[in-house]
Amino acid sequence: MTHAGGYIADSRTRAIEWLPWVLAVLCYFIAPSYLPLGSYVLTMIIFALSLDLILGYGGIITLGHSAYFGTGAYAAGLLAVHLTGEPLLGLLAGTLAAGLLGLITGIIILRTRGLALLMLTLAITSLCFEVANKATTWTGGVDGLGGFTVQPILGLFKFDFFGKTAYLYCLAALFVCWWLVRRLVYSPFGASLTGVRENNVRMHAVGAPVYQRLVISYTISAALAGLAGALLTQTTQFVGLKVLSFELSGELMVMLILGGVGRIYGAFVGPLVYLVAQDYLAKQFPEYWYFGIGMMLVLVVMFARGGILGIIDTGLARLRRKPA
Amino acid sequence: MQDFLSSLVSVAFHGLAYGMILYVISVGLSVTMGLMGFVNLAHGVFAMAGGYIMLSAMNGLGVPFPLALVAAFIAVALASMVLERLLYARLYTAGELEQVLFTIGLIFMSVAVARLVYGTLPQPVHLPDYLKGQLRFLGREFPTYRVFLIVFSISIVGLLWFGVERTRWGAMVRAAVDYRAMAQSVGINTSRLFTLTFALGSGLAALGGALGAEIIAIQPTYPFEHLVFFLIVVAVGGLGSLRGPFVAALLIGVADTACKYWVPEFGAFFIFFATIAVLLWRPEGLFGRAA
Repeated sequence: MTHAGGYIADSRTRAIEWLPWVLAVLCYFIAPSYLPLGSYVLTMIIFALSLDLILGYGGIITLGHSAYFGTGAYAAGLLAVHLTGEPLLGLLAGTLAAGLLGLITGIIILRTRGLALLMLTLAITSLCFEVANKATTWTGGVDGLGGFTVQPILGLFKFDFFGKTAYLYCLAALFVCWWLVRRLVYSPFGASLTGVRENNVRMHAVGAPVYQRLVISYTISAALAGLAGALLTQTTQFVGLKVLSFELSGELMVMLILGGVGRIYGAFVGPLVYLVAQDYLAKQFPEYWYFGIGMMLVLVVMFARGGILGIIDTGLARLRRKPA
Repeated sequence: MQDFLSSLVSVAFHGLAYGMILYVISVGLSVTMGLMGFVNLAHGVFAMAGGYIMLSAMNGLGVPFPLALVAAFIAVALASMVLERLLYARLYTAGELEQVLFTIGLIFMSVAVARLVYGTLPQPVHLPDYLKGQLRFLGREFPTYRVFLIVFSISIVGLLWFGVERTRWGAMVRAAVDYRAMAQSVGINTSRLFTLTFALGSGLAALGGALGAEIIAIQPTYPFEHLVFFLIVVAVGGLGSLRGPFVAALLIGVADTACKYWVPEFGAFFIFFATIAVLLWRPEGLFGRAA
């Protein structure tokens, strides 16, 4: 896969990097009826960012990232049911629970590579799914976990019926995550992570602590996924089994690939395009929707390995070479 | 005690039948992954296609059961040959990620097509009369169809092993698995070998899907739902071997049946747990060779 991302010498924020934020704020005023969808898109962007960190930069292929998303979602839900509906504590609980699971599983599975690693990520997700499915007294099983209320944020901003608060809440969370991931990717740590992706053997040879780097990035990524899961729980006030499913991992991967792997903003573009298209098409033509998604994946792999942003990059480069 | 013994026999019997089906479906995947190093997540698609072809031939056209089985095998083997030449072959040298994405794409497409053509409900299975009912053996009753499944699968496995261990084609396959560049340099046409082996593996998957339609229901979500089990068989058994996946498939078949029978409240928990344990202990699988 051709990756555009990685270490760059000048990591100051370019002007165009403010574009997503301007658009997101504009959306708040222009399309108030789409705010619930908007919150979902923002949540999935955080989730996709977390996957991009390990897949796009670390080169870890995982089919089981929903394990951490789901853990975060259930942690926030259980906290709200049994202890307190304070949203920031819920986010913290989701992040910590998923981060802890990420640390433990990361320490165990990142010793392996290739097919074994792929299988282990898949088995861990299946295991978590099965636990949530069968521990019905805690999780509600297939019926899902609901019936909890989320208190106002900081005791000031109530979650309203139109999803205005939820949208801004998600946007704020995404901003923090974006800042963190951006700092991480453009730091020396990010550079060594990219090095592992590009040439594992050489990184070992130059004495880089490869395993340690992978475990750290895996833990951070899991924690961010957990945060996204907790956000979903709080904005929808419900946790369904789907948050732990292999299908969700697959869908997430599709979104990230669509946007472009290994470039932070691929994680922004992919979920946006995918989820908006899904909102329009999937309900009317579910069969064609899935066929189209499959077709798109095959085409991206065959012809456009950088995703949408990759295509734009190539187009821009061509324009610059031949000024019209 | 009598009860326990009888449930033990029953679990072993049904587990064996399930395990044999898992093996017939997954063995092709083991060979594809071992021979071509291709992560083919879409293998379940071939099994599902086999099931659909057999069932629509029987239910719609009134084709007899044995002929429908043969039709499923041949149709899927031919189709997969085309697929391999046109698409898979371009990605042999690509990274794992591309292969994973490409095959997930294939799954999505096949699920959509299956849903469009057959709807979301599982397909009904009408067995021929001579395979219905029970067989008496040592004073116990066994469902005839499961007995047939076990015997038939064992004969397929026997044929396959003979083919791989004793024929020229098998020697070529083994040579290519062990050292592809060397096999090429002694004049083996590996790309043709790949195509044929891929077709055979897909055909076997179709056969397994068709035979097992009564155990693993044929429905559009089939390739997603059972993928984990096919992959576990291959990963736990070890890539590129015939014996490894056989042991793994039987273990999983029996263990899964036993768990469902005695501790249904845990579901497939122990299977996944055991898989993780085995892969950590031997990442290359029980019978795999270290990479």
